Amino acid sequence: MSGAIVGEVPAEAGDLAAVAVGPWQLARRRLLRNRVALGMAGLLVVIVVLCLCAPLYADHVAHTDPFRSNVSGTTIVNGKPVPVMKSSTQGLGLGVTPIGPTWDIHHYFLGADEQGRDVAARLLYGGRNSLLIGTSAALITCFLALLVGGVAGFFGGIVDGVLSRILDVVWAFPVYLLAISLSTVLIARGLSFGPIHLTSGSLLLPIAIIGLVYIPYVARPIRGEVLSIRRREFVEAAIGLGASNWRLLWSDVLPNVITTAIVLFPLMLAIDMLTEAALSFLSIGVQEPNASWGTIILDGQDVLYTRPAVALAPGIAIALTVLALNVLGDGIRDALDPRAKLRRTDS
Amino acid sequence: MIRFVAHRFVSMLFVLFSISVLAFLIFFATPGVDPAARIAGRNADQATLRAVRHDFGLDKPLPVRYALMMKKLFVTRDLTSYVNRGAKVIPQVTQAAPVTLSLVFGAAIIWVLASIGMGMLAGVFRGKPIDTVVMVVGLIGISMPVFWLGEVVNLFTQSRLHGSVFSWVPPLGYVPFSHSPFGWFKSLIFPWLTLSILYIGIYARVLRSAIVEAQEEDYVRTARAKGLTERRVLFRHALRTSLIGFVSLFGLDFGALVGGGALLTEVVFNLHGVGKLTYDSLQNLDLPVILATVIYAAFFVVVANAVVDLVYAWLDPRVRRA
Repeated sequence: MSGAIVGEVPAEAGDLAAVAVGPWQLARRRLLRNRVALGMAGLLVVIVVLCLCAPLYADHVAHTDPFRSNVSGTTIVNGKPVPVMKSSTQGLGLGVTPIGPTWDIHHYFLGADEQGRDVAARLLYGGRNSLLIGTSAALITCFLALLVGGVAGFFGGIVDGVLSRILDVVWAFPVYLLAISLSTVLIARGLSFGPIHLTSGSLLLPIAIIGLVYIPYVARPIRGEVLSIRRREFVEAAIGLGASNWRLLWSDVLPNVITTAIVLFPLMLAIDMLTEAALSFLSIGVQEPNASWGTIILDGQDVLYTRPAVALAPGIAIALTVLALNVLGDGIRDALDPRAKLRRTDS
Repeated sequence: MIRFVAHRFVSMLFVLFSISVLAFLIFFATPGVDPAARIAGRNADQATLRAVRHDFGLDKPLPVRYALMMKKLFVTRDLTSYVNRGAKVIPQVTQAAPVTLSLVFGAAIIWVLASIGMGMLAGVFRGKPIDTVVMVVGLIGISMPVFWLGEVVNLFTQSRLHGSVFSWVPPLGYVPFSHSPFGWFKSLIFPWLTLSILYIGIYARVLRSAIVEAQEEDYVRTARAKGLTERRVLFRHALRTSLIGFVSLFGLDFGALVGGGALLTEVVFNLHGVGKLTYDSLQNLDLPVILATVIYAAFFVVVANAVVDLVYAWLDPRVRRA
């Protein structure tokens, strides 16, 4: 309905008229007008729903257990039972090759991996883990970055000095190497720290590691913005009215920087999912028998030349998801970023 | 300017020191992590553990162990591997460095040329179909995991099309330049392309938005108003300022890649560079080697950061006063 109203007036006049309805609604309208971003949001919803349906698919459609190896099992192709692992016909006839894609939704749709597990079912389960890790890590990053950047920019002085120095050091540490270092140490043994005991298979480890290493990327711009907001007149006015620091932070500063965190969230999510895939590919992310898109690419590496579908499918899934997130992120930025608005009315 | 350089140098040393401490703490002081157990093997008894701790100096207090480690790394340069007894760490890193440098230099040349071309095309033809095509191609490049792209490239060049179009592609691995320059080129061309695709996407997008912004600046309007040709306005005025952000981004990414960001590419293409060294020592948890490569990497990143800041200050005097 709002689309119809906006459609009647030229975009420029629509923007001017819409100023009266508040920035959030304005942003929402702009986003709804962005067809490409909406399409990508739709694609994301489809991917998420498919991945959430992983147990349904495994139990009721494919009838497989994607976490147990099934080397001696059989499946049905064209109505006839065939072994999941075929003996090699090349060379000495040693070794086995997993079955390739059958394109039959009920029986090894994308074939099997080296342990005879259903790749299609693992792909969906893996997607669940990849999305869960990416989303949680991005939430941690944005939340802690708001906290650190906000406190550093607002209080200034020694607090800012210490926090900024810490951010500088983490920033200068090559991000992949920091993630790799932390994962190597923690995944090998698990983590026991006071009352917290995490086993090495816990998804919380990659979530925490990925969430922590990217904090400077979000905290630095937020700190800069808080610094400039701190000197603005409405903050001075609130100070003049005797508002407490926490009130200032909560109701004057936060609403003005939260957009930055929101704009960065989908982009962080995209980066986090790529990082998770990389760590899992290096076997220091999600641990067997659990799956993520990264571990399935790793599984597929061994059968790359004989059964490329194992590695291709999760890669395509990651690329599609990250592409959708990037486009959606650009759309949200254009909708929310006042600078983008300025640019558009200029031209 | 001299004061700025001195200030920057001191802060660089501080960051390097902090990173070495941080890396040391991660590997040797994380709760629940015992390097001695790792060296001695899985089922070592208490006496062996004590002996190992004493041999490797692990029973000393943390600051002393940190100092010993740094001394072995930088002064006596005789840090040895925990896994391959007696193997020195520093020569391993210096042997691996040329491979990484070859990979990153080649990829950098490709990505800079390609992204300047694509970014300018998109910026000049803003809103036209060619802009959309270039930006979509860039976005797809950004969205693919680099190690997966490398596997797909291998699938075609080493297996599927190896019998026909790509029969000239050598098996995976690195051929030293001194050994055979052409072989070096052939062994690296696909790793270069794979590594550069991500950066082409990023840099083309950055350059495009900088050019689009520059087109609306007063000095570009002035240049047009005084009757310069469109080409001259683009190359001498709009592009030049747009490249400042581009150059600083390049410095950072180049430093990060030389420092180990190319790890995944090296692993997939079996190039024995610093990243592959890190990866291999990761597989057997060879802590001194990982520590050495991480500090080597941090060194490049921090130096690149500092160089970028200096170039910035040299280009823009306002920065020096900040």
